[in-house]
Order: sequence, then C-alpha cells, then structure tokens
Amino acid sequence: MAEPQFKVDFMRYAPVMLALSGVLILVSILSLAVRGLNFGIDFTGGTLVEVQYPAPVELQAVEAGLMARGLKGAVVQYFGTRSEVLVRIPGNIVGSTGEISSRVLDALHGADLGKVTLQRVEFVGPQVGEELVTSAALALLYALLAIGAYVAFRFEYRFAIGAIVSLGHDAIVTVGFCSLIGLEFDLTVVAAVLTVIGYSINDTVVIYDRIRENFPRMRKASTREIINRSVNETMTRTIATTATVVLALLPLVLFGGDAIHSFSLAMLIGVVAGAYSTIYVASWSLLPTGLSAKDMLIPAKEGAHTTP
Amino acid sequence: MNHYAWWKNLLIALVLLLGGLFALPNLYGTDPALQISGLRGRGMDAATADQVTAALKAGGVPHLGSTLTPESLTVRFADTNEQLRAQDTLREKLGEDFTVALNLVPASPQWLTALHAQPMFLGLDLRGGVHFLLEVDTAAAVRAAEDRLVDDLRQLLREDKLRYEWVRRFTDGEQTGIDLRMRAAGDMDKAEALIARSHPELLVEASADDSHRLIGRLGDAYRLEVGRLALQQNITTLRNRVNELGVAEPVVQQQGNSRIIVQLPGVQDTARAKEVLGATATLEFKLVDEEHDLDAALAGRLPPGSRLYRMRDRGQILIKDRAILTGEYITDASSGFDQQSGGAVVHVSLDGRGAGIFERVTGDNIGRRLAVVFIEQKSETVRQPDGRSVRRTSRSEEVITAPVIQDRLGRRFQITGMESATEARNLALLLRAGALAAPLSIVEERTVGPSLGKENIEKGVRAVQAALLLVVLFMAIRYRTLGMIANIALAGNVVLILAVMSLLQATLTLPGIAGIVLTLGMAVDANVLINERIREERRNGNSPQASIASGYERAFGTILDANVTTLLAGLLLFIFGSGPVKGFAVTLSIGIVTTMFTAVLVTRAMVNLIQPRGRRATAIARS
Repeated sequence: MAEPQFKVDFMRYAPVMLALSGVLILVSILSLAVRGLNFGIDFTGGTLVEVQYPAPVELQAVEAGLMARGLKGAVVQYFGTRSEVLVRIPGNIVGSTGEISSRVLDALHGADLGKVTLQRVEFVGPQVGEELVTSAALALLYALLAIGAYVAFRFEYRFAIGAIVSLGHDAIVTVGFCSLIGLEFDLTVVAAVLTVIGYSINDTVVIYDRIRENFPRMRKASTREIINRSVNETMTRTIATTATVVLALLPLVLFGGDAIHSFSLAMLIGVVAGAYSTIYVASWSLLPTGLSAKDMLIPAKEGAHTTP
Repeated sequence: MNHYAWWKNLLIALVLLLGGLFALPNLYGTDPALQISGLRGRGMDAATADQVTAALKAGGVPHLGSTLTPESLTVRFADTNEQLRAQDTLREKLGEDFTVALNLVPASPQWLTALHAQPMFLGLDLRGGVHFLLEVDTAAAVRAAEDRLVDDLRQLLREDKLRYEWVRRFTDGEQTGIDLRMRAAGDMDKAEALIARSHPELLVEASADDSHRLIGRLGDAYRLEVGRLALQQNITTLRNRVNELGVAEPVVQQQGNSRIIVQLPGVQDTARAKEVLGATATLEFKLVDEEHDLDAALAGRLPPGSRLYRMRDRGQILIKDRAILTGEYITDASSGFDQQSGGAVVHVSLDGRGAGIFERVTGDNIGRRLAVVFIEQKSETVRQPDGRSVRRTSRSEEVITAPVIQDRLGRRFQITGMESATEARNLALLLRAGALAAPLSIVEERTVGPSLGKENIEKGVRAVQAALLLVVLFMAIRYRTLGMIANIALAGNVVLILAVMSLLQATLTLPGIAGIVLTLGMAVDANVLINERIREERRNGNSPQASIASGYERAFGTILDANVTTLLAGLLLFIFGSGPVKGFAVTLSIGIVTTMFTAVLVTRAMVNLIQPRGRRATAIARS
C-alpha cells in the first residue's frame, strides 16, 4: 500500500482542536443567549416594504411621511443605493394586519418625494411566524435523526453518534455566527443551515467510509492510527471538494443580491465549519467510544472491495 | 474491463439528448403577452380576434403575433411596457365581457411547443407578483350553520304547533350551541324527538336547572365537516374572483385545515387584489316597513319585526327584518348604464327558484317599496396591546336603493342607485363570484415588483455563470483530462436539472438558483472522489485500466452514501419547508439525482470512449 500524500498526525492536535471547538460553541451559545438572533419578519411577523425612488432621498423625510400616517416605530433604511429604501414595521404595532402595507405605500406616496415604485412587500402574521419557527426547528431535528439513522444503518451506531454530534456542532456554529455578526435570520438561513448539515454529512460519510475500509486492511494498527491514516488519505479530496464548493458559493455571496445574501454567507461559514468538524469532531469522536477492529468485522458495504 | 455495452452508451446519449431538448425552451425565454378570454362561458372567435388586432393598431401598440384557441386569444409583445399599454387599450375597447390578463408565454419555436417542451415556471420572486396566505374563519362557518339551524327549528316547531318561548344561539366561552325554551313542559319530549328526527347532527339534552329548556350542540365531526365545506367553498369562490381579476396562471390552493394560498403572478395592484379577494358582499331584498312611523323608530320605539337601516347618502329607513331574497339565488350580474337616467346600474339574473319567489312577492306588493340591502363583511386580525391576536369581523349593512315596485319583477331586473360605474362593476363582480362561506383574513402577504424580479433573475444567472466558471477552471487545472471530462458531465448536469424542472413544471425561485449553484459545487465532489481514487490506485502500482475500473467501483459506495444522506436532508426540507426553503429543496433534490447520473455514468462512458483499450490509458490516469 502506497503512503498517502499527506502524513499529518491529525489526532495529535485533537486536544487543541477540541478546545477550539469548545470555545467556538461556547461563544456561539453565549452570543445566542446575550445578543440573540436578528430574526427577519418570517419569524417575528410584521411588514417589510421595499421601494425605489427616482432620485436619492433623505431617510428623515421618508420617516416623517410615515409618522404623519401614524406609522410610528417604523425602521427606515437604505437598501443598496440611496434611492432604494426599506421600511420595516414591527409585528407588535397595534393595528389591523394586511392593511399595513397599503398604509405604508399611501404614506410614501403622500410624502411627495417623487414617484415611489414598489419593489417588494412582505407581510407575515404573528401566528404564521410562530408556526414557521416550529416547522423550521422540526425540519432541523428530523434531518438530524434521519441522517443519524441512515449512518447507524450503513455503518455502526457509534458512527451515527459521531455524525450527529458533528452536525450539531456545525449547526450551532453557523447559527452562532449569524448571531455574532447580526445577520438577518430568515427562512432562507434555515435552509442554509440544513444544507450545511447535508454538506457536512457528505464529508463525514467519505471519511467514515475510508475508516471502515481501513479497519480490515490495517489489522495491526490501533484505531487512532486507522483514523489518522483515513483522514490523511482523504485529505486531498477534502481540500479539493471544499475548495470547489467555496468557489461555487463565493459568486453567490458577491453577486447573488440581497435576497440570498444572508443565505449564502451562512452557507459559506457552515461549509468551512463542516470540513473542520468532519475531522476533529466526527472522526475523533470514534476514539473515546472504544471502536475497534472487531466491531468492524462484518463488511457492510456493497460495490467495494473490502479485502486487502 | 472499461467498456459499457453499446446499449448502455446509447441510453446515456439518449438521456442527455432528451435532457437537452427539454431544457431548450428555457433558452428562448418568455415573451410578455396578454391573454384575452371571454367571461361567463363565452368563447373566443376570429371576429373578436380581428377586433383586438384592430384596437391595438388604432392604439398604436405593436405586437409580435397572436395565437387563437377556442377559449382565448394570446397576443405577444416585445416588452412589458407595450404589454401594459396594450392592456389599457384593450380593457377600454373590449369592455366587461372579456378579461385581459397579463401573461408570459414561451418564446420557443413551434416544433418545441409541439413536443410539449415548456420552460420552467418562474417563482414570484423572479417574475413579480403577489402571494397571499389566507386563513378561513371556520368558527364563523359553524356560527352561521347554527344560525340557520335556529331558523329551521323555529319553523319546525311552528309547523308542529309546539309553542316556544325562544330558540336562540348561545356562546359560552369556547362553547357554542342552541338554546331552546318551550312554553309548556309537556312539549319537551315532542320537541326533543322532533329535533332528533329532523336534525340528527344536533345533540340535544334537557337543561339541568330549567325544566322547560333544551340545550343543543353540534357534534365535533359535524363541526369539522362544516369547516371543511366552508374551506372548499371559499376556494371555489376565490378561484372565481381571481379569474375576474384577470390574472394568468393564478394559484389557489388549500394549505392545511384552514388556510388557502393564493398566488397572482404579475399582479401589481395589490390593494385591488386584496379588496376583491377579501370582501364578502351580498345583497338581500327586503320590504320597507311603511306601516310604522320612522320618526318614532328613530326616537327609540322600534316596531317588532323591523329594523333601522342606514340609507346610502341620506339618513335612515325602517325595513322589515325578513329577507325576501338573498344573494344565493343570484346566477349572474353585470354592470351597465341605465337608458333613461344614465346612471350606473347592476343587471341581476336569478335562478328559477329565486325568480319564482321574487315574482310572487313583487306581484303581491306592487306600489310598495323594496329595499336593496348591501351587506359587506370584513374580517381582520388585530393585534392587541398585550400581544394577543384577535380576529374581528365587522359587518356593515346599508340600503343602496329602495324603489317603489312598479310591476311584477321576474328573472332579470336591474338595481339602480349606484354611486359610480366602478362601484357597479365591483358589486357585479362580487355577486357573480359568489359569497364566501366564512370570512377570510390575510395572514401572510408577499409581493415582488416586476423590476425586482428581473433583477433577481439577472443576479442569479450571473452567480451561476461565475460559479460554473470557477469550478470548471479548478477541475481542469487539478485533474486535466479527467477534470475536463468531469466538466463536460457538469454541463450535462445543469442541462438535466433544467430539463427535469421543466418536465415536472417545477417552480424556479431565487433560492432554487442558489440550490443549483450548490449542486454544481457538490456534483464535482463525486468526480473528485473518483479521480482521487484513481490516482491512489495508480500510486499503489496498478495498471491504468485497473485503476480506472477500481477507482469508479470503490468511489461509488461512498458517493451513494454521501448523496443519499444529502437527499434525505433535501426531502425533509421539501416536506417541512415553505416558500424559499421549498424552492431550494426542489432544485437540491433534483440536482442530487442528476448528479448521480452524470458524475458516475456519463463520465465513465466518456472515459471509456476516449480510452480505446490500449496503452494510451496511462495518459489519462496519470493526469
């Protein structure tokens, strides 16, 4: 058997890396507890109106126009350029729902700052927002369980534990990152987190596959050596794949537009976290579980030569 | 060992070819168009088509061509400005009997259309339009059912000469039901038996504290059924109303047990859309109470069986409670102008039963006044200061007009006293579309302007192009020949994703585009796995042919495991997600399946083809 191109004793750095992971998770959880998430109206309920003016406008003038119509508490901000304005009416404003967007538009027309062109209106009722939180959390939970079940079925139950812990790590770090930089957390970001999980499990499965394959091959080696070797053998692939996915995501972050900016940024962070956690969370976690060659005697894999 | 059977290669080629064919319509894109169709079963004929063409010519709006079917006429335009100008022109010229809807039609050539190859459906975020999520107040439908029951029971008891003190609906917290009190305790059993026989859905029991009293409640199954029927009727009514709005390809769909999704692509006037969707308007015809004194009633001495109504514009009027005719007998309504006065009117047609009743009542009451009562119900969710949401239904009733009955009125008649032509048109529309069975409230609304939609498409396409370019460069540099093969397969993958989406007529959204970009990144992973395996086998000293064979074989298990898990995540996103999440899940799931095909089978076939069994295989496997 030829030596792999990489020869790094990955597991030697495990304590340091695990400590780093611990810090990352701690920071994420702290940030979530202290700063919380900048929930978009998908979750909080409320109204968001994006309009375009023919020429740059002053935000104060827009705000004054809204105030004149009794829309206090509206948050007005530029969106892209100085002639594009985003108006947010929080969901806790007392008043009839559904009518608010028309009232905002009326107010903007009334403010007499030139012809207002409506770009986008989003209104989400408070009840719907709550339901979306529940369904998003459920999707996340079910995805973890389904993936865990699949891994336990195809590999061994200890692999599933490692996979789920690693995926949980990625999800927490990604969401924590959103909280830290105050990224708007909407439904698309939930999709991003779920995709990160999908991507990270991809990565994990590749290394797990190699570990399983190497057990019967390296009969005399310790589990630690086998993990090290497997990670090294798949390293070129990990680098190549992460590089292509990052290359594919960069244009989305840079030119994808505001509508998917949060989504692609969250995904970018998650993908990097995923590649890292595959090695230091998913692979490492097999060590303390006491996995040994005799647990892996039954080759479960189809289509591959498992004999050396 | 590296050769597919000829049929396998042929099959792969065929799939790619078909994929290309069905993805092709997307390249041609769509033209803005107007779809003109007749209202109320009226078809489209060549004469009307000529009229449309003439009107466009007179209005100075150029068009690209038109297609005539027995149902509708589709006219295509070069851009949306001309489309909108043409719409204004045609609406004016064709009048009320036709709808002129904005539409986008495929610009692909005839032969593709003949193959039923159609471009993908673009989501509202890419083409502009409104999305509403409406909540049906099913509790109100149950209340209405109880009100009807009250009327039925009163009549039933009267017919059987059972004297009652009251029959009324009651609300006690969450509980609602019917409260019935008899005059004599002896009638109780008879009344109970009567109700059990005629209205088995009402569960009646004697009140514990009052020997003359019965309490009836509707069973849970019946309540659910009433709610379900109300939802169904609302969907039908909304469909009618949406059609009247003149929107092409609208979506009216049930979601869950009490919600309805309405999507109106291309609609910009959201205020009008809401007005038409949400209004519950109906007419009732009632006799004016002319026996009693209006001033006395105004002073508070209201005669039994009559009520004060607000008269449009001028003061109040005393009207009898009992409705002679309600809106449900109306089969058709249209607006127009009165020949004599020139004012706006609504022409109303009744069904046979309605006509019979109306004829009899108007015949009996010639010389008296008949009031046309307009009833409008609006429902909205109001957020209270303490954060709770409360639904409030407001019902306004006003008398539009109260003319003296000149003659026996039949199946067709007209209502005068409209404020404006617009009002007449709106009333006609609402009467035609039928009433909502239960009030609706908007719980979610998303509108995207058409210019933003266009911008989103441009950005998405640019992102896909940039991502493709970067990934292709990376693969070509890192894996040379095998990388180029993977790149060709990647292009095939994009084509297949587009083809499958087009075939399924799935909706492409902006997050969907992001899904495609991500799939591109992940699709490459399969080839990276294969190519790295081949390299590894070569380093282990295997022959090039053997390395290729075992590289593909060994990588396959990994690829399968990896993709199945991602597919699991994709499917869960599709099931639990809504809106943007769903759009993303669709392309991700389709992308994973096509990736399995292109990254494994297509690249292998290509490797086989350019590697005729010989020594030159070395060149590829080394690179």
